Amino acid sequence: MKKGEGKSALIELKDVFKYYYMGDNVVKAVDGISLKINEGEFVAIMGPSGSGKSTSMNLVGSLDVPTKGHIFLDGEDISTFSESDLSQLRGQKIGFIFQSFNLIPNLTAKENVMLPMTFQGVPIEEREIRAEELLSLVELGDRMDHYPNELSGGQKQRVAIARSLANEPEVILADEPTGNLDTKTGDIVMHFLDRLHKQGKTIIMITHESELAERHAEIVYWLRDGKLEKITKKKKEKKYIDGEFKKIVKGRR
Amino acid sequence: MLSDIFTLSMKNLKHRGLRSWLTLLGIFIGVAAVVSLISLGNGLQTAVSSQFGISSTELLSVQAGGISDFGPPGSGAVDPLTTKELEAIEKLSSVKRAVGRDIVSAKLEYNKRAVFGYATNIPSGDNRKFIYEQIEAKTIVGRLLKDEDVGKVILGYNFYTDSVGLGKKVVPGNTVIIQNKSFQVVGILEKKGSFIFDNVAYMNEDELDSISNYGDKIDIIAVQPVNKDEILKTKEDIEKILRKVRDVKVGDENFEVSTPESSLESVNAILGGVQMFIVIVASISIFIGALGIVNTMTTSVLERKKEIGIMKSIGATNYQIFLQFFIESSLLGLVGGFVGAAFGTLIGFIGVLGINSFVNSDLTPSINFALIFFSLLGSFIIGGIAGIAPAIRAANQNPVEALRE
Repeated sequence: MKKGEGKSALIELKDVFKYYYMGDNVVKAVDGISLKINEGEFVAIMGPSGSGKSTSMNLVGSLDVPTKGHIFLDGEDISTFSESDLSQLRGQKIGFIFQSFNLIPNLTAKENVMLPMTFQGVPIEEREIRAEELLSLVELGDRMDHYPNELSGGQKQRVAIARSLANEPEVILADEPTGNLDTKTGDIVMHFLDRLHKQGKTIIMITHESELAERHAEIVYWLRDGKLEKITKKKKEKKYIDGEFKKIVKGRR
Repeated sequence: MLSDIFTLSMKNLKHRGLRSWLTLLGIFIGVAAVVSLISLGNGLQTAVSSQFGISSTELLSVQAGGISDFGPPGSGAVDPLTTKELEAIEKLSSVKRAVGRDIVSAKLEYNKRAVFGYATNIPSGDNRKFIYEQIEAKTIVGRLLKDEDVGKVILGYNFYTDSVGLGKKVVPGNTVIIQNKSFQVVGILEKKGSFIFDNVAYMNEDELDSISNYGDKIDIIAVQPVNKDEILKTKEDIEKILRKVRDVKVGDENFEVSTPESSLESVNAILGGVQMFIVIVASISIFIGALGIVNTMTTSVLERKKEIGIMKSIGATNYQIFLQFFIESSLLGLVGGFVGAAFGTLIGFIGVLGINSFVNSDLTPSINFALIFFSLLGSFIIGGIAGIAPAIRAANQNPVEALRE
């Protein structure tokens, strides 16, 4: 972990512990993890179930606060933030992609993509334009007014990707993004994540599939029993620019 | 921002199931009751007044104690009025005319069936005309009674339509048996819309005495003052003379002299009671309706726990979540109030038309926009209040737990 020191990391976990107390039992979900994630990295957090990877994701995604330790996002210590500050932070800096898609069933694809912008107070005209662009980006331009139950799993996940990009977040946090998909549609979803990464987005993927992690991520953090077991790295690929894609990912604001 | 949250709430409401709407029944009933009650307004007063035969505005009526107060049983006319009191009142200088009225319950037979109804007297001479004027007596078929009629009777409208249960309508020329005495029907009165007037057999005074052995007892004395602007003075005069005749002290009166105003007051007292009852029922159902909203909102918060988690994960603050559920709940109340107000207005409309045809009045049904506005506002607020606790619960969901659902 010498690399990346000197320049400030986008995300840093410093001696982070997360314990759950269940009666007399203490579940040590995260048991002293320190790591740094730099801007533009595609990182995978790997581990079997119960290894603490979901808890880590919640902590990194500022959905939860650590029992002990510090989490820095963009240099700010978010472990001291209030709940509402955390919400705003999530809305602005983190885009979530979940295993079970987690779209709001009562809203159309477009409305789902617009929702994160709604919570940030973006004017409706701007929301609509951006949602349409993002859905076109994930090749769902013709499905914008469909409700989630009218979409296939792969399409839902692409809507979720579009939604995660809505507020131009610093980090995309993908929790088992292909977990509910067959191999082929999973590949399509991963293709979009790869493209985003090549545009310079920071991507953190939580998965239990080592093959998936090693194929797509530059750095893989292996967790076991709430502790960091090992870190594997692969050579950085050269980034390329594809015009329209980049413009939309970065947003117009 | 607020309008966006509002839109979200509307979308959620649109996807609500039947169960959510059924919980609005309480608000619906409550608002409908209040709106229809107020829409009926003076229609109700007209209806009730006519039931008690109060139509004249210039007569005093004298009754033996207790009756007009609807007092407890036993406080009725234990010491009835007699011709002695009638004569005393007639002699007063402020009294133009005093007429004794009797109304007795009587068995009436016709078509080999018997019903129990009322028989009342029509005085003779000048007073006959006066009473006919006062009760606005007009026949629909046949003619009114005259002084020289013997063994003749006129009947209320209900005998003509046979809503009294004789199995056959009665027309002039038929013979009916009242308290075992035969009478020939000479006329049927027009519909009055009052259960007293429409069910009564009217006969000449002597004949009523002959079937009722009422003697010199009198139920009510109708008094026409010399000057109707001094009706209160006339009232005092009557009270003074009756205290003397009946030998009672001030405050111990076993009789009552009512003016049209006081008759109206007692009608209003009855109406007030009815209205109070309806308002209490309405309040209870609105309260239950509010509990229904609390219930359905709480269920909704639990059902949409995951959705709340998702919204929090994509940046919704606690306040935004609270607002969304709070607005949803307010709108739920508003919908209940809207349906209730619409239904209540409809009931008021139909009710006024019904009263019109029942008592021959000509009230105009109207839509009270202020009333509708305030009932909508009220149900909106009630919905909001009912939604506070569930909305706080929604806002305070832990996102991690909510997402795990």
